[in-house]
Amino acid sequence: MSTVTATPVRGGWRQARYLPIAASLALLIVAYGFGATRYPAFGDGQVVLNILIDNAFLLVVAAGMTFVILTGGIDLSVGSVVALSTVLCAELLRAGLPAPVVMLAVLAVGGVLGLGMGSIIHYFEIQPFIVTLAGMFLARGLSYTLSTESVSLDDPLFVAIAQTPVELPGGLRVSISVLIAVAVLLVAGYVLHYTRLGRTVYAIGGSNRSALLMGLPVARTRVGVYTISGFCSALGGILLTFYTLSGNSLHAVGMELDAIAAVVIGGTILTGGSGYLAGTVLGVVVLGVIQTLITFEGTLSSWWTKIVIGALLLVFILLQRLIAGRAR
Amino acid sequence: MSKYRLFWPAAALIALLLVNLALSPSFFAITVRDGHLYGTLIDILRFGAPLVLVALGMTLVVATGGIDLSVGSVVAIGAAIACAQISTLPDQNAAGGVFGALGIALVLCLLLGLCNGFLVSVIGIQPIIATLILMVAGRGLAQLVTGGQIITVDSDPFRVLGGGYWLGLPAPILIALGVVAATALVVRRSALGLLVESVGGNPEASRLAGVRARGLLVLVYVFCGLCAGLAGLMVSSNVSSADGNNAGLWIELDAILAVVIGGTLLSGGRFSLGGTVLGALLIQTLSTTVYTVGVPPESTLLVKALVVTVVCLVQSPAFRAKLRRRRKPPAPAPAEPAAKVEVPA
Repeated sequence: MSTVTATPVRGGWRQARYLPIAASLALLIVAYGFGATRYPAFGDGQVVLNILIDNAFLLVVAAGMTFVILTGGIDLSVGSVVALSTVLCAELLRAGLPAPVVMLAVLAVGGVLGLGMGSIIHYFEIQPFIVTLAGMFLARGLSYTLSTESVSLDDPLFVAIAQTPVELPGGLRVSISVLIAVAVLLVAGYVLHYTRLGRTVYAIGGSNRSALLMGLPVARTRVGVYTISGFCSALGGILLTFYTLSGNSLHAVGMELDAIAAVVIGGTILTGGSGYLAGTVLGVVVLGVIQTLITFEGTLSSWWTKIVIGALLLVFILLQRLIAGRAR
Repeated sequence: MSKYRLFWPAAALIALLLVNLALSPSFFAITVRDGHLYGTLIDILRFGAPLVLVALGMTLVVATGGIDLSVGSVVAIGAAIACAQISTLPDQNAAGGVFGALGIALVLCLLLGLCNGFLVSVIGIQPIIATLILMVAGRGLAQLVTGGQIITVDSDPFRVLGGGYWLGLPAPILIALGVVAATALVVRRSALGLLVESVGGNPEASRLAGVRARGLLVLVYVFCGLCAGLAGLMVSSNVSSADGNNAGLWIELDAILAVVIGGTLLSGGRFSLGGTVLGALLIQTLSTTVYTVGVPPESTLLVKALVVTVVCLVQSPAFRAKLRRRRKPPAPAPAEPAAKVEVPA
């Protein structure tokens, strides 16, 4: 979005690049307001926190996806890596390994998978789409091969983390997963907006060639974002095991789409170079509110969720086009 | 050049068939029962027909440098609409009513393709994203049509589409063959294929050269939607039911894989219909092999991942260049460690 800074736009929230976030925020307020007026219970603070509890893992995965999309790439493997992580957790625990070792091992597997995909994408110049598609097959295939049935977790540490509520003032509570997700978001936000790595991510998304000519560490960063995404997916998988206390190779089917949708609704432009992590968080919350609204409506039909998410995606992408067109 | 491009998919297919022959000697056996042909090879062709159709449409889209993620959802929608229509008919065996239902389903799939084409060419949205919308929403629409249930129909004319026979051959094979032949004829005997390739190679240059890129783009997405819809009808006819949830699930990935194996570059600009058909048959044979060998079907995905990775690496100019450099020892860049080639992904 160098074009935006080139054309002087009056500051504050009127800047074109803030518009998608402002639109997401407005949408969130409208959706929430609609729910709160229609159903008194919807306005309850715990309902809002439940959205975070139910989507903690998606927050972490979408944060990783934001890095990848900001460089102009895409990671289709995240859902499968989440599933693989839950199965790995279950199987390694069953093999008798201590819980902390299991967690570290799972995170390492996710990171290495991402590293591998990033290396192939960067060094062999194959499109991210197809490489991460192969990664998606690989991770899902591995988790099927490890176990085709749902394995429940009874490790004391996992159970303790899953079931210990964190009390907040006002009688509200969140899960430990939410705290972990918030910590990840804070770190990711810091890295993205205040470090050299973050600036390189934006530069690559703006123009890969320019970044290269400027002497930025393009190779390291491009491989790095996929590693980050793989790591975040593995962590998301661990959070999902806290949520469901089970490892299942059928977990998180289609989750890559939720993550991409959250990033897009959050205003990150899919060709890369422009967007904010805060937008992604908003995107996840918007998806969560819509899900909750549909649950409250009582139809509980997953198809309406899909149709609404699809329509939202369309609106936000058209909005992005409009803004990009105007900035030019 | 095109002969060379067809060599590798053909060689891989033959190798896979030979592996199958070694594993089960009756693999190539084809028997005639009641004037119908039966056999494993016939089954591969028959169950591979929907994939061939979807991959055919995908080939032209990929040739323009695009991609269509929505085909799986369109398969589900086509199946759902057709079955929903037929199930409301007073007489499900009435040929006229069934044809009407099929027509409605195909026209709707055509419109969905038109939507994709409009978003890509007129609005100018990246193809991945434009079709992602329909991929997400489309499955919801299919579930809406079927009410989240599996709609079963009992209609003889409809069953012909997926289970009928003509001249001893299953109808799906003949339909797929017909569509492939017609497409090849239209695309390669007129300038259409060339124009599609020129748009994929360089949209700006072809626009300056007077090619109407917009119309062409819309056309390929419409064609892709139509092919997916036809595949959906075939799939649902085969089982006499429509499942909004699972019909055509993951078929977009198989179709893209078939296109890539067939030697069509994902960056667009060149395509090979023959390669795609070979690629689709290779994937179907691979799935069959996994079943016959007795490997747990779960591992199909692992095998596919391996195949995609190898095929893409072989096609990648960067990979070949690096391989060539490493083969000549005095090359100036021995710094590329072997580990990078063997990274698991």
